[in-house]
Amino acid sequence: MKDLNVLLAGFGGQGILFMGKLIAYAGLIDGREVSWLPSYGPEMRGGTANCSVCLSDEPVCSPLVTEPDILIVMNQPSFDRFIGSVAPGGIAIIDSSLVGGKTAREDISSFYVPATALAGEKGLQGLANIILVGKMLAETRFCSLDTMRAAIEKAVPPRKQNLVAGNMRAVELGMDS
Amino acid sequence: MAVVFEKPHALTDAPTHYCPGCTHGIIHRLIAECLDELGLEGSAVGVAPVGCAVMAYNYFSCDMIQSPHGRAPAIATGVKRALPSAAVFTYQGDGDLAAIGTAETVHAAARGENICVFFVNNAIYGMTGGQMAPTTLPGQVTQTSPYGRDVKTAGYPIRVCELLSTLDGTAFAQRVAVDCVRNVLAAKKAVKKAFQTQLDGRGFSIVEFISSCPTNWGFTPSEALVWLREHMLPYYPLGVYKDTSAQAQGEAQP
Amino acid sequence: MNMAQRVLMKGNEALAQAAIDAGCRCFFGYPITPQTELAAYMAKQMPKVGGVYLQAESEIAAINMVQGAAAAGVRAMTSSSSPGISLKTEGISYMCGSDLPALIVNVQRGGPGLGGIQPSQADYWQATKAPGHGDLHILVFTPSSVQEMVDLVGKAFDLADKYRMPAMILADGLLGQMMEPVEIGGKEVPVPAAKPWAACGHRNQREHNIVNSLYLTASELEDLVKKRFERYREIEAKEPLCEAYLVDDADIVVAAYGAAARIAKAAVRTARERGIRAGLLRPVTVWPFPKKDFQAAARHASRFLCVEMNMGQMVDDVRLAVECSKPVGFFGTTGGVIPTPAQVLEQIENLSGGAR
Repeated sequence: MKDLNVLLAGFGGQGILFMGKLIAYAGLIDGREVSWLPSYGPEMRGGTANCSVCLSDEPVCSPLVTEPDILIVMNQPSFDRFIGSVAPGGIAIIDSSLVGGKTAREDISSFYVPATALAGEKGLQGLANIILVGKMLAETRFCSLDTMRAAIEKAVPPRKQNLVAGNMRAVELGMDS
Repeated sequence: MAVVFEKPHALTDAPTHYCPGCTHGIIHRLIAECLDELGLEGSAVGVAPVGCAVMAYNYFSCDMIQSPHGRAPAIATGVKRALPSAAVFTYQGDGDLAAIGTAETVHAAARGENICVFFVNNAIYGMTGGQMAPTTLPGQVTQTSPYGRDVKTAGYPIRVCELLSTLDGTAFAQRVAVDCVRNVLAAKKAVKKAFQTQLDGRGFSIVEFISSCPTNWGFTPSEALVWLREHMLPYYPLGVYKDTSAQAQGEAQP
Repeated sequence: MNMAQRVLMKGNEALAQAAIDAGCRCFFGYPITPQTELAAYMAKQMPKVGGVYLQAESEIAAINMVQGAAAAGVRAMTSSSSPGISLKTEGISYMCGSDLPALIVNVQRGGPGLGGIQPSQADYWQATKAPGHGDLHILVFTPSSVQEMVDLVGKAFDLADKYRMPAMILADGLLGQMMEPVEIGGKEVPVPAAKPWAACGHRNQREHNIVNSLYLTASELEDLVKKRFERYREIEAKEPLCEAYLVDDADIVVAAYGAAARIAKAAVRTARERGIRAGLLRPVTVWPFPKKDFQAAARHASRFLCVEMNMGQMVDDVRLAVECSKPVGFFGTTGGVIPTPAQVLEQIENLSGGAR
């Protein structure tokens, strides 16, 4: 399977790092080599957050994704900052509830999903990030739905397993959007 | 022939390097006698400071560690946490404990670290030849306060027992002197109480010895003791500053 | 006995678990980014295994608590990041002078001063040349993956015990913060070798032990330091570790350790795809420095390129190792900037002069 370098970006508190964990766990469950590298700093909620995830069949060399095959962005500053870095032929998934405007790039596939609004409508508040992962799954098929479920079960803390069903609904919503 | 006097077992045969008239020898002996009487030599680990007593590791027959300057309470913390059954004590001077090692001292006390600290306060740096200490008295002449300690620029002396007794982790704090027989006997009782505090698991204990330094004070040993009584003891009053033992608590009841 | 599991863990946490698995039961630390997860993991796990976690009042106190526990004969460690390591250098020197084994972890960040908090390798000189005052060395291991953060911990403790000296894991913020799958656990907790020199109470069974670094007679101190340096020479002969990647026929040999080596490896791989005979020598110990691996590579390589996340520190050791027989170039980023594979590739391509 082809290497997948993913960059996830948005505000702290949007679940950017959790999104990365889901993708990394999916890779782990499928027996692939993975790396997950967060940005870290004094910011907590409200600051910028981004996360690099690499999936590969070889040990991952550089865990820092500078030319993502897939970019998921959940705010305007991240869109402005990273849209130009997507590798030609790559994919950008944009939460259009939070990002105005579109990219002029034609060498990448761009998907505008109003994830935050959708989450609100469907009673999945706080799961806009998972909707976007669902969209990524639909566009790339980087893992099976079973793997995704297993990844969610792993990434969600044991005492919060009641949240798994909502997460799966968000994935499916994203896949259909 | 009946033995009427002998060296405590917890002291080695090594001759000490202390100056004539210095009270370190008495204090070493008191600690060693208490180790003997409490049967602690085999389980004791002592921590020597940087200062005049740096070579205390040669004089006590229990296991000994020589510490970086001021860090003895941290070293002792490491030993005690690793080996809770060991009887751990530090032996520190005023520069070591109340200047460079203030943080280590205060925090070991604040944690209620179950160790004994024996603090020798002679109001001067002895090993380096008589410089101002954190406990040097106002107006006292030393090599680095040649016009007398001016509190406007050099600040005030630190009263360690008073300071540490404000901390909840301090279980026992007593200031003693070894300038006369009566005080020596009281000092020994304090040392024993400090070890007992540790054996009872009650936390941090400190015994502060008001001591003389004839060499760097520029007195004969007996003059030094007079100066100690006239100048040190008024500033550093002897007495028990804290005692959380049941017995002491009982005495405190009206 | 538990089976080893492949789990996703942060470098800082994996290292902490590996230390517990290696029999470390005393951790003394002080919070600092980007190593704090290590301390937090210890705070959570140590009580469960009957171990000690203590948050000290400073890095100075923490290293001295390590010294006390090490002097008492147990496996003890501390961890910090660059500014905190500077504070620990006093204790490290005393431990070298007292022949005490312990583990110090430096999850490096940018410096000097308060610097930044992003990944850096700017403490190479400090770790390898002067981790404290005096004539001394410490063992320095440079993991390059989360798995190595795990694997090198037990080795570091073992060699520290064997040679009676402190060991350091010299990591960086990238390795500390990233998650990778690791195989961890599944081994019996080792029983460390007996330490007859320890100050742990003589039980009236032996002479008293003294753990000390003070020797006032110059000749006595000289003899002791010389003896210690005989041990260092033995370590330099026996213990260097180095990974060689595509080096056998390499014309251009890239030298990099830790996080920088991962990036360099990506560049070397791409260079090979483009027909450039590039290879990577990755020191896994930087003291002792794997000189022989570099000398062997110098026989066929035409040049070396040292890639570091600093202004050029290990490059000195590479030049010394090859005795300037081949040109040694340098490429680095600093202040917390992580180099990209493309930048390193460009350097390799420039050196190859376009020759394919």
